[in-house]
Amino acid sequence: MHKLVIESKNVEFLAKVSKLSGQPITRCDQCGICSGSCPMVDEMDITPSQLMRMVQLGQEEEVLGTKAMWLCASCYTCTVRCPRGLDVSKVAEALRQITLRQAIDHIDITKIPEEEIRILPQVALISAFRKFTG
Amino acid sequence: MKAEQNRVLNSQEIMRRISTASKPIVSGVEEKDVEHWVTIYIMGKGYKVPADLTILTAIEYAGYKFIRGCGCRQGFCGACGTIYRKKGEYKLRTGMACQTRVEDGMYLVQIPFTPAVKPSYDLNKEEYAVSTVFKYYPEVARCVSCNTCTKACPQGLQVMDYVQAAIKGDFKAVAEESFDCIQCGLCALRCPSEIVQYNVAQLVRRMYGKFGTGPVPAYVTKRIKEIAEGKFKEDMDRLTKLSKQELEKLYSERKRESEYKETKDSD
Amino acid sequence: MKIPFYPGCTLKTSAKNFETSAIASAKALDIELVELPRWNCCGTVFSLTTDDLIHHVAPVRNFIRVQEMNESGLVKDEYRMVVLCSMCYNTLKRANLRVKNNRDDLETINNLMYEENQRYEGKVDVVHLLSLLQNIGFDKIKEKVKKPIKSLKVSPYYGCMLLRPKEVGIDDAEDPTIQEDLLASLGAEVIDNPYKKVCCGSYQTVQDKRIVAKLAYDILTHAQERGAEVITTSCPLCAFNLDNRQKEVKEMHPGFKEIPVLYFTQLMAIALGLDKETCGFNLNYVNPESLLKSKNLI
Repeated sequence: MHKLVIESKNVEFLAKVSKLSGQPITRCDQCGICSGSCPMVDEMDITPSQLMRMVQLGQEEEVLGTKAMWLCASCYTCTVRCPRGLDVSKVAEALRQITLRQAIDHIDITKIPEEEIRILPQVALISAFRKFTG
Repeated sequence: MKAEQNRVLNSQEIMRRISTASKPIVSGVEEKDVEHWVTIYIMGKGYKVPADLTILTAIEYAGYKFIRGCGCRQGFCGACGTIYRKKGEYKLRTGMACQTRVEDGMYLVQIPFTPAVKPSYDLNKEEYAVSTVFKYYPEVARCVSCNTCTKACPQGLQVMDYVQAAIKGDFKAVAEESFDCIQCGLCALRCPSEIVQYNVAQLVRRMYGKFGTGPVPAYVTKRIKEIAEGKFKEDMDRLTKLSKQELEKLYSERKRESEYKETKDSD
Repeated sequence: MKIPFYPGCTLKTSAKNFETSAIASAKALDIELVELPRWNCCGTVFSLTTDDLIHHVAPVRNFIRVQEMNESGLVKDEYRMVVLCSMCYNTLKRANLRVKNNRDDLETINNLMYEENQRYEGKVDVVHLLSLLQNIGFDKIKEKVKKPIKSLKVSPYYGCMLLRPKEVGIDDAEDPTIQEDLLASLGAEVIDNPYKKVCCGSYQTVQDKRIVAKLAYDILTHAQERGAEVITTSCPLCAFNLDNRQKEVKEMHPGFKEIPVLYFTQLMAIALGLDKETCGFNLNYVNPESLLKSKNLI
């Protein structure tokens, strides 16, 4: 069984994400409503609840290495349903930004297939680049 | 010891010769007659130069010789982009070196080139649609309307407006607003979204010219046909065989525009 | 009534039919939608981090345009800004709330835009067309209906951006009825869909259209099972994901039957007796014309 030791770097990571998202992440009591509401949860490697738990425990490398935050569609369903008033979409955004702000893009904008560029509306490209590029 | 002394003298002499060779020949004004001088800083080093020079000629006066980053000297080619700061200010300003007068305390650097992306395309194979802009320049979707490009433009163009027009697919507006762009590249260097505004505008102007400006005028079609039929072949052959002196004579003795009678269908 | 109108980039190209049908329908209701001069892309999606300010500049610039419209007389004492595209609506409205509630941030943003002729004072109100129509009263709209769309079974789709988060929602996030009320006033038979508020996948369509096709299949079939003949939406991205991506849906589910996806303003235009040209059906991926012809609506 994996033993988890909480060190100062873990506490710092939690503080960093809490500040960037503006959310009191320690308030999450792991009820699972966000995971049940998330339309993308089937595709994710960890659920929104697990993402919140990992952040609470300050597991920076582990959580930043998951696909979940990139599969978020910013639909805000978790936001309106969290019984503790937490905005999980903001936590996901904070995690994305930590990576993007290191100039690590999640999408290569030059590699979108030509037949897709021909039909994709501007709103799709603009929003995808907003979420996946720094 | 003697050899070393000779070497020192030689290098001083060499530097003197270089500096003299680069000095512009300003006819009619002797250096001792210049009344107003200013100090400018070129890449951090200070130089005293006559106050009425442009940045370009001031840099040459200081002893630099332009082999790149200098073109038409007329404000049209976009080669001599300069970033400078005025004394007492914090803002970085932009201008063309050949069009901007020096000021005392000016702190400047030349930007002779912008290594911007420039994809090749064949307009005959592209759709006249906004998707073509995104195909070659997807980064244009990252524009945050910060207006930094407009602030950087030495031509005073509303660069943000034409980038936004490109995103909206309003190609006429892009063509009109970007018409006076001299492709100096300063906008692209400052853009936080890494957009190459002037290349985007060039693509759109080309598309607009080809697909958006309506049918080719009749006189253009007529002239192309005449050329293909060889109407001007004899004249062109004769011209290309002339010597430099004959060409110069022909040019200086040419009929002026005012001497031509106005005709409906000019030949 | 003359009211500032923010179209957004997509409404000028692939969703032009949304714009033309909206402007025409509004005109028939004595509402003149006056386009913002020199508007810029809203920069969707709303930036969610606490420290980001640059991504709120684009919306605020548009609010300055509304102020300018009032000064130049394009509109008179009208600081409401009508938006059609749900994505633009959400981004603009949230950005507006952000700067109205954080005057220090608004100050910083205004200072950045020093080359503008004026500062944003915080007077603008972002309003979705559906809310505007609701304020006017759906019964008033019913009076203007010339061709009630009674034979048509319509299932409205909301998506995310119109309803969430609560401070910008045009109706209840769990059980909205605003589109249903409008469609009922147009004479349609309204079909409820429990998936009407489930996300279509949004921008994930750029990188993974398979996920979007999966969500679209659920959303559309739940409506079809209840008898829906047409879906309505207020978002060009939802329209793309539910309409154009039906190609991928069919590949994944060979038995899937196509269903037209329309902008609610296209149905408004028909019901108000306007010309078919204002609807621009050629831009809809699944062509609705044969269905509408069979119902004697066009």
